[in-house]
Amino acid sequence: MAVLQFFTPSSPIVSARLHPVVLFNICDCYVRRPDQADRVIGTLLGSVSDGVVEIKNSYAVPHNESADQVALDVEYHRNMYMSHLKVNPKEVLVGWFSTGFGVSGGSSLIHDFYVKELKDSVKDLKDAQNSVPPLHLTVDTGFRNGEASIKAYVSVNLSLGDRPLAAQFQEIPLDLRMIEAERVGFDILKTTVVDKLPNDLEGMEASMERLYALIDDIYKYVDDVVEGRATPDNDIGRFLADTLASVPKISPAAFDKVFNDRIQDNLALVYLSSLIRAQLGVAEKLNTAAQILDLQSGS
Amino acid sequence: MSNTMARSFLQAVSSSEEVAPPLRVVQMEGLAVLKIIKHCNGFSPALVTGQLLGLDVGSVLEVTNCFPFPIREEDEEIEADGANYQLEMMRCLREVNVDNNTIGWYQSTLLGSFQTVELIETFMNYQENIRRCVCIIYDPSRSSQGALALKAVKLTDSFMDLHRKNNFTGEKLREKKLSWVDIFEEIPIKISNSALISAFMTELEPESPVAQCDYDRLKLSTAPYMERNLEFLIDCMEDLSSEQNKFQYYYRSISRQQAQQQAWLQKRRVENMARKAAGEEPLPEEDPSNSIFKPIPEPSHLDSYLITNQTSNYCNQINGVAGQNFSRLYLMKALHEN
Repeated sequence: MAVLQFFTPSSPIVSARLHPVVLFNICDCYVRRPDQADRVIGTLLGSVSDGVVEIKNSYAVPHNESADQVALDVEYHRNMYMSHLKVNPKEVLVGWFSTGFGVSGGSSLIHDFYVKELKDSVKDLKDAQNSVPPLHLTVDTGFRNGEASIKAYVSVNLSLGDRPLAAQFQEIPLDLRMIEAERVGFDILKTTVVDKLPNDLEGMEASMERLYALIDDIYKYVDDVVEGRATPDNDIGRFLADTLASVPKISPAAFDKVFNDRIQDNLALVYLSSLIRAQLGVAEKLNTAAQILDLQSGS
Repeated sequence: MSNTMARSFLQAVSSSEEVAPPLRVVQMEGLAVLKIIKHCNGFSPALVTGQLLGLDVGSVLEVTNCFPFPIREEDEEIEADGANYQLEMMRCLREVNVDNNTIGWYQSTLLGSFQTVELIETFMNYQENIRRCVCIIYDPSRSSQGALALKAVKLTDSFMDLHRKNNFTGEKLREKKLSWVDIFEEIPIKISNSALISAFMTELEPESPVAQCDYDRLKLSTAPYMERNLEFLIDCMEDLSSEQNKFQYYYRSISRQQAQQQAWLQKRRVENMARKAAGEEPLPEEDPSNSIFKPIPEPSHLDSYLITNQTSNYCNQINGVAGQNFSRLYLMKALHEN
């Protein structure tokens, strides 16, 4: 009796995390793809820990696709991989990406190639405990169903007895929060043209405005609840209470002292730096004057 | 046939290459910005560099891509390896239609301490090979404060002229009216993204009204950053005062030399008068073999200029952070009073 069974990978990948630079690179490659190509594919680099794959880097690999076959530039892939390893040996092969919606026909062929490639590279690195199956990331650059769908898959082998039957792509959760992009600021990354980078104080102003708006929202919400306009939510209430409790309780006198000390410190620093700047100016003038005098006495 | 055409094309290019308009804006792609930030942050506090690729369009320099350099080691073999790596990378990127035109390099820095002789030399090297070049400086330590510390700098043309002649005496500098402010020129950065990226990012932007950079900006503890800044500032002041001493020593020895020359001349004149009275030939009033006529070499002004630049940079940073601190403290006070 033949038993149809799944082989789950030895150390399954639970989820994946995407670094914004990968998304940017994939989109850039897609924009720069050759004339006749429908999609771009390429290699993903990153690291794996505790079943979470962090996709940190990527590069496109030229390929040719016809009705039923895919030709990947293997040499190119290997060269590029070696170059990337030189810069950052910690970023290893974790999978591959393709643009388009979902998994398509040729994908399993390419996936097989990456499975083999990953096995070889692991052998090279003598890093067997980290061997996880490669990941397949799809980015729908065509916005086919009206939204940005980015999905990650792992492949599971489906076999009948000992005979491999098919490979099944299973979707795994993908973390798209991209803290790194938040640090840079979505304002800069989501518009097509930014004329000027925000400087320190402008950024500060924006942050404060946002904080102010948040506090306003909370006021409004609390007022609404008190006056019976909104239905109270215990969770939100508890959250607000926690937040208020996290403000340290200091007596006004003590707070004033700390506050004034800090202000004085900062004033002293500003004074010092202004002094040094004035000093630089004076020194330059004196130097020039000395040179002129010197020149006159010399001639 | 094609050969002649190619030549005429080249001629056309070279003849059209008369006066390039001055560089006004560096336009960076979001991809390049993110790549630089990732590379620099990943290796911080080690300082890393990489190459910028892009296009030179009129007065705008477009940075469309970049790639990192492996960390440099002081070994000739590895250096050759590095050159190979660079060529290989350029070739590979060209194959996937990336602009493979070098337009400069990027580097990370610690607290903005980038104004060094090395930077100037690298810049001169690049400038020799490409017509227009820029250096993007990224500061991971300042970015942890929630600011995007990205800067595009280039050397000013007048400074490059002087550097080529390697002439940093006070006289020359005064002639050119070049002061320490005029070594580096900062170029405004513009950021552009493709429409595709813009669509993705708008779609993926989280609902949450606070982002990581807001937390970073409103953090109250800036003391470590300030302390490092001050430490660096003090070091700079020490260097500056030793430079000043060098100059003082130089001026003092010049005036001593002049006094010696005067004394010698006096003596020679008296001697000549005596000889004249005695009807003898007067001795020449100059004696090049005498050591007191040897000109004393003037120390280079470059170092002191660079240090001055650094110092003023630290001062600016301290002022900036202190200004932010004031806002934060008053915000804290307002919160507390509520």
